[in-house]
Amino acid sequence: MNMNLFYATAVGAFAALSAANADEIRVLNWQGYGTDLDWAVSAFTEATGHTVVHEYFNSEQEMLTKLRTNPGAYDVVLINAAFTPQAQDEGLIGPVDTSKIANLADVPEDLAGNRDLNAGGALHGVPWTWGLTSFAVNTNDFAEAPTSIEVFWDEQYTGKVSIRDDALEAVQFAAIATGQNINDISDLDAVKDKLSALMPQIKTYWGSENDWNQFMAAGDLAVATFWSGSASRSISAGLPVQFVVPQEGAIGWLDGLSIPASSTKQDAAHAFINWMIDPEFYVKWAAEGAPASANAKAAAALPDDAFNKRILGDPEVVARVQFQRPVSDENREKYLELWQGLKAAQ
Amino acid sequence: MSANLANQERLRIFGLLSPAYLWLTVAIFLPLSAMLYFSFLSDVPFGDADWHHTTKNYQAFFQTKTYATLLWKSIRLGLTVTAVAVLVGFPCAYVLAKTIKGRSREALFLLVILPFWSNSLVRIFSWAIVLRGNGVLELGLNAILPFQVDVNLMFSTPAVVIGLVHSYLPYVILTSYLALQAIDDNLIDAARSMGANKLTILWRVILPLSLPGLLAGAVLIFVPVVGSFMEPRILGGRVGTYYGTVIEDQFVAVFNWPLGAALSFILLAVVLLILAIASPVLKRAQT
Repeated sequence: MNMNLFYATAVGAFAALSAANADEIRVLNWQGYGTDLDWAVSAFTEATGHTVVHEYFNSEQEMLTKLRTNPGAYDVVLINAAFTPQAQDEGLIGPVDTSKIANLADVPEDLAGNRDLNAGGALHGVPWTWGLTSFAVNTNDFAEAPTSIEVFWDEQYTGKVSIRDDALEAVQFAAIATGQNINDISDLDAVKDKLSALMPQIKTYWGSENDWNQFMAAGDLAVATFWSGSASRSISAGLPVQFVVPQEGAIGWLDGLSIPASSTKQDAAHAFINWMIDPEFYVKWAAEGAPASANAKAAAALPDDAFNKRILGDPEVVARVQFQRPVSDENREKYLELWQGLKAAQ
Repeated sequence: MSANLANQERLRIFGLLSPAYLWLTVAIFLPLSAMLYFSFLSDVPFGDADWHHTTKNYQAFFQTKTYATLLWKSIRLGLTVTAVAVLVGFPCAYVLAKTIKGRSREALFLLVILPFWSNSLVRIFSWAIVLRGNGVLELGLNAILPFQVDVNLMFSTPAVVIGLVHSYLPYVILTSYLALQAIDDNLIDAARSMGANKLTILWRVILPLSLPGLLAGAVLIFVPVVGSFMEPRILGGRVGTYYGTVIEDQFVAVFNWPLGAALSFILLAVVLLILAIASPVLKRAQT
């Protein structure tokens, strides 16, 4: 009884304290990417008293530059796992205090233990969302979805194939097709041969989600690489497409939320990240078109027919995914040269 | 007194010239100089990126065959588009200048200039709708012709040429029209009275006299087509990789501004070189 009273007082005092300490936290993210949803921010402010201000970046390089040049200006920042080690190495972000993020318990170990998010030996980015780069087929051309990536090289579909005009994506795609580790490509010649064999199959390269949808809608393409989040949007828009994660595997990306080392509002920042991986937030966001959540409980809370649950909720699928790791500048240049050379030879 | 007048005259010349030259300095010379400077840097000097002066961006052009291959491909595209535009545009300009008079000429002129009034992206995308398999062209032809044809020009080199010719045709028509209109009709009548047939008149009188305008139009087309990137990218598909698209990639996709700038200046140098080689021909045409 006494004990209960003590807790009640303590909680009350804590609530009063945090209300008194209402902070304004600054979040750095892509525009329109979850954290800046009005309803989500106002729910957070209501629950904790903290207010949220957003600032945006247009590329990972810009995000890093902003962190470098404005220490103390940000409290939460979205960093793709492939860039977390660099940010950690430069001392831009600090370790996450896992005890302050209750929802972290529901994030599966394979994501929470991601090597890049745990750069420097401690968790520096809380897994938030993830997605795949794989491919989708036009169901008008395919009665049954293919199971192998080799469908890209199938002569039956010559002139009805597309991949994105992006060196890194093309090289990693061919690495998967040649059974290699996308993050440690040992046989770049095999990748080059595989891609040059693919070239005559290609009708055109696609650049944006909008391009892709138009080509598919016009029946120009039968099979093309695609992003999982975009595929879910295209399917719900009524396009006759199906997303495929082939037996050879797929490219995965993982976005984490980090706290800059220079942040002075650590408690509020942790509270915000906890809210961002909360199932309640995610289910509502998913209804508006969200990538897959890193929180298993949040993923399970989706309706059974939701794209993110149907395709990406399958542990067998997840096991085939190769998550992108940091790419060195040297490799980036090599891939670019390879890709440009192939395109120029057409 | 006369000194005063000369001063006034100088003031007037200065007043008339300075807006144009100020504009050229601010809008063209300064950004171009900045780009020239960028092309000698190792990295874009934004933020606290580490950078130093280097010529490696220019060396990159010679290290792989890629850029030279693409530049040659772009030059060939420029020649093809220019040739087609001249073949299509010159007869049109001739008819407009010499045969048609009055209101109908104005109406026809409007049709020629019309492409200039629409956004170039809109034009290219409309071509995409027309050229696509099962597109407007194919449906239209099949509606008229007694037999079925299969027209799918989209994502091919002809599609790129069609799109570019459409975009740049007005240049050659307008410049040729002005040159043709300046030809005294009496000269043509004189040639005819001396017994020259139509072909001889065209070859010996009309063509030499209108050549300056025709060549000006050709140069106006050739230069931008060699550096074009939007039309090849949208209409060319797999075969739409040209020198211009690679430069665009450097700026938009890879963020390697210095290399993009260096490639642009190499293009500029090559185009100037081509024009310099062609200049004796151009000069002879003027006299």
